[in-house]
This record gives sequence, structure tokens and C-alpha cells, in this order.
Amino acid sequence: MTTEVLVQLRDVVKEFPVQSSAAFGGRSERLQAVAGVSLELRRGETLGLVGETGCGKSTLARCVVRLLEPSAGQVLFDGHDISTASHAELGPYRRRMQMIFQDPYGSLNPRRRVGSIIGDPFEIHGIGPAGQRRRKVQDLMALVGLNPEHYNRFPADFSGGQRQRIGIARAIALRPELIVCDEPVSALDVSIQAQILNLLDELQDELGLTYLFISHDLSVVRHVSDRVAVMYLGRIAEVAPSAALYERARHPYTRALLSSVPAFDPDERRAHASVLLTGDPPSPLDPPRGCRFHPRCPRAQARCAAEVPQLIPRAGDGPEHTTACHFPLADGETMSTDAARSVTA
Amino acid sequence: MSAAPPIRGRGPWELAFERLRRDRAAIASAITILFALAIALAAPLLAQLTGHSPIEQFTETGLSPTGIPVGPGREFWLGTDGLGRDVLVRIAYGTRVSLLVGVLASGLAVLIGAIVGIAAGWHGGAVDTLLSRFMDVVLSLPFLILALALAALVGPGLGVSIFLIAFFSWASVGRIVRAEARAIREREYVQAARALGAGSARIMFVEMLPVVSATVIVYATLLIPSSIAFEATLSFLGLGVPPPTPTWGNMLTDAMAYYKVAWWLLVFPGAALLGITYAFNVLGDSVRDALDPRHDQTIGAGRGGAG
Repeated sequence: MTTEVLVQLRDVVKEFPVQSSAAFGGRSERLQAVAGVSLELRRGETLGLVGETGCGKSTLARCVVRLLEPSAGQVLFDGHDISTASHAELGPYRRRMQMIFQDPYGSLNPRRRVGSIIGDPFEIHGIGPAGQRRRKVQDLMALVGLNPEHYNRFPADFSGGQRQRIGIARAIALRPELIVCDEPVSALDVSIQAQILNLLDELQDELGLTYLFISHDLSVVRHVSDRVAVMYLGRIAEVAPSAALYERARHPYTRALLSSVPAFDPDERRAHASVLLTGDPPSPLDPPRGCRFHPRCPRAQARCAAEVPQLIPRAGDGPEHTTACHFPLADGETMSTDAARSVTA
Repeated sequence: MSAAPPIRGRGPWELAFERLRRDRAAIASAITILFALAIALAAPLLAQLTGHSPIEQFTETGLSPTGIPVGPGREFWLGTDGLGRDVLVRIAYGTRVSLLVGVLASGLAVLIGAIVGIAAGWHGGAVDTLLSRFMDVVLSLPFLILALALAALVGPGLGVSIFLIAFFSWASVGRIVRAEARAIREREYVQAARALGAGSARIMFVEMLPVVSATVIVYATLLIPSSIAFEATLSFLGLGVPPPTPTWGNMLTDAMAYYKVAWWLLVFPGAALLGITYAFNVLGDSVRDALDPRHDQTIGAGRGGAG
């Protein structure tokens, strides 16, 4: 794998204005969905992005493909800052990055024929004569495992998995370099999930794609990702190569997240002794100071509430494994309630 | 494999048409409307057949010696009016005006409403506020008073009627379409189109228009009867198509002077107006049910529906 950086995120912030109740004299608050994220995506890799619902991962994804304009920070695509580019300026980049959506029912226009939907990229970018588009569409349908003769059907005639293939065909039509997959399999049956994941894997090999793969399902992310970034309340908690993250999670939140995945291997079950978090994630309207995880963290100390932890290598890790935690877990250290108490005592 | 016919999915429109074909109320109203259309087209033929032009006054045969209109009979099938004109032929010619105004005014209203509604819903923000407030203003205008004033100002006529009716009808369509467009804007397929680099025009017309068109078509069918009634009102008040061109509205005005002695002057044009507006309303309901099968709201008893 080359280490060429395709996408560089620098302190990306995305805020949404929120109207608070009282219509007159109500304060207009700001919801910070993404609170300063720096990440890099390397050409040809799959970067998994995991976190709970509402942690800002979908917002971050939409900032990357510029469906949303970041409030602050930079998004560099192949070295060019596209964070504030206009519709016209984005044109050439639209061809190079695409998105696959979560809902295979919502992401296809129910009133349009599938062939026309998959042909959209060619039409929008004026590629190839109109007469050749049908053949191109049918080639794409074959490539993603759909019957090319079904190009005249409507989305309603297809199953969820087939629809997701249609969405994939549309996304790869222009041979993009980057595809942001926003929970692409979470709406599908488990058996269909595997088929779609394998298809994405094959397409990556064939077309040299780079994936930003978003999911709340850790087992799926582990299966597909080269590296994994864990997000909590708008910030990145930990980034590591896939294997390292699952074996040596440093951040208490990562550890808690991993322990919530049912393990089938008894050894693994012991390694990831159950850590139950109490409470709900705090409101992003009023995020905790310091480390955003500290109110729920069994290892939290005074420093955690005062100082924002940097995302840097901890506990002797290499530069590939960074953690935003003042008190990272050591190798093999468990995070039982006792241990937490002994630290805080 | 190449010899096999191409597989073609039945689209939402085809499925809706199937459902419509199984709906007896829809068929009955469609037949009524087609019958009215045939009458309108065949009006000159009817004039030839009876030998009565719609504006000719038969002072000899069409009026009693005391100048009273003649009732339905062999010579004048639906009787004559106060000037001795053939009511049947006049109703037939009046059908032309009613259908023309009804269809054109509703078409224009729906076109404007759809464009303004989609534009407001898609753009949001200041554009939405501006257009929405404008629609509110149009909806709150006392339309009859203003229509009368405007018609008086520019003079009555067919074109003026169509314009007036369209102007006072489009905003209700616009508001519905706007609400739907706002919901569609957040759908993932619109996001997908944006991610592909589609511009505003493409999103509005390729992604949004086909989805709101079901609503638009239902509204169009329901607007036609109200436009016909609106036209009749304008004509009744002398501000529609000017006499001697017969319209149902101005025939009813003429009837006011004679209805105590000549019931047919009131009953036949009134029945024509009632019949056609009722047929369009029933068809509109059926079209709505056919386009949205989940919306299972039938009117009256004995409706076949989709089941």
C-alpha cells in the first residue's frame, strides 16, 4: 500500500444553528456536530469510522464529499482545499469522489427507471454520446451483479440488496477515486450484508478505490477496514490500524465500544471483559469541557474535565496508533470498575 | 437472449392507471366527461341538425304569442330562452367555454403552482420566505371582489377569465407542492444527485418534479371543476365571456327573469354545471386513490376502489 494521502481533514468543524423554543427572544444556539476533526485518508485504503448514533460521523462524511460546507477547518482532496469551493469549482471533484448511502429505499428516486438513475453521472457530466450510455449503464449493472436487462425497471421492483447494488453502480460510474460509504449495509439482512461487503471489496481491488467506511457496527468495520477511527461526540477518540485497535484499544471509550460487541470466541470474550457505560452521551448542544467522554468514563480524573486530550501516540505506540486520552489503557489492562476505583482513589 | 423482449418494469403511472381502470366510479365519471367533451366538439353539428344557431332568435316559433319562452318539445328539445333561442344548442356551445376555461385555467394554475412550489421548497431560506409569503397574500385576497374589479377594468373575455381563475387558484397548489418539495429535499436520492454534481435546475426538474407530479395531477383534476364553477360565476355576474356567446353562467343569468314560467332555463344549464363538476370531482378523488393506494379514503358507499 502506498502512503499517498488522498484526503486530508484539518480541524474540520461543522455547526448547525438550532432554534431554541420561545419563538421571540429565543437564543439561537449552535449544535457542534463535528468539533475539530483531523484525519487523513490514504489512497487505496479503507478507513473505518465508528461511533454511536449522533456522534457526528455522517456529518463528517457529508463534509468530506461537500454535501455540507464545513463551518471551519479544511478538507483537502488530492492537495486542493475544497472546503469552501462553490458548486462550479466542485464540478471536477464531484467526478472523483462519490457516496453510497445508508437507505437503499431512500437513495433511489422511486419515480425513475433504474437505467436512468445509473446513467445520471454520465448525463450530468456530459460523458459519452447519449446513444452509448445505455450500454455503459448495462456494463455497470453487470459489474455490480445486476441483470443488465433490468435497466427499464423501477427501484420498487428490486430487493434491498439489489437496490444497494444500484446505488453502488451509480457511485462507481465515473470511476471515482474516493467513495464515502455511509452505513452502506446497516439497513440490510446479515446474509445480504456479506454480499455487499464482498462486492465493495472486489470493486476496490478492481478500480483502486479508497473508502471512508462509516458504521456503528464494529464487526463490519473490522472486516473491511485497514485502519479504524473511533468518534465520540464530534471528536476522534482513537485511530489505529484495524488489528491494533481491536487488540490494544487505548481509549476507555473504544474499549467500552468493543466490549459491547458480542464475541463468539471465549478467549476474546475474556479479553474484552464487559464494560458497561452508564448514562447517555451528553447533548452536543452543551458538550462537556475537557475530554468529552469524561462524565461517563470510569477512569476520569480532574485533569480530564479541564484539559482536552491530544490525539497522539500513547503508551509506547507507534505513530500509526493515536489516542485522545490522558489516562490510556496499557496492554492487557482491564477496565473493571475496581480498577477504575483504584485509579481514582 | 437477444431475441427476448426487453424487460420493462411497470412504473407507478402504469400501476395507477391499472387501479383507475378497475374503479367503477372513475369509469362512470370519465364517461360523463367524455360525453361532455363530445357534446362540446359536436356543438356545430347539433346546430346543423336542429337548424338552430346558438345566437339566432326564433321570435315566431321560439316564443309564445305573448312573448313567453317555449318549453321542451319537438322543435326545441330543451325549450327556448327569453329571446327565443334554442337552449339545447346554447348549452352545447356553453360546454365548449366551460371545458376550455376549466382545463386551461387549471393547467395554468397547476403549472405556476408546481414551479413556484418546487422553487420555494428546494431553495429554502429567503427564496422560500418570499415565495411563501406571496402565496399567503394571494390566498388571502378576497378573490371574487378582486376578480370583479379586474374584469371590469380590462373588460370581460375568455382570456381574461382564464387568467383570473389561474391567478386565484395557483397558490393553493403552490403551497402543497412546496411542503412536499421541502420533504423531498432531504431525501437521500436528492443528496445523491447533489453528490453527483447535479445543479439546481436538474434536481428540481429531474428529481423533484416526477415525485410531486402525482400530487399535481390530483390537484389539476380537482381544480377543473372549481375553475368551471368560477367561470360560471364570472359569466353569471356578466364578467365572463360576453354575450351573445352562450356560457352556462350567462344562461343562468338570463334564466333569472323567466324561471317562474320557464323552469327549463334554470334546470338544464344548472344540471350541466352540476353534472360536469361532480364528474370531475369524483374522477379527482379516484385519481388520488389510484396514485396513492395507501391513502385508502373512499367517499360515499359502493366505491369499488382498488380492491
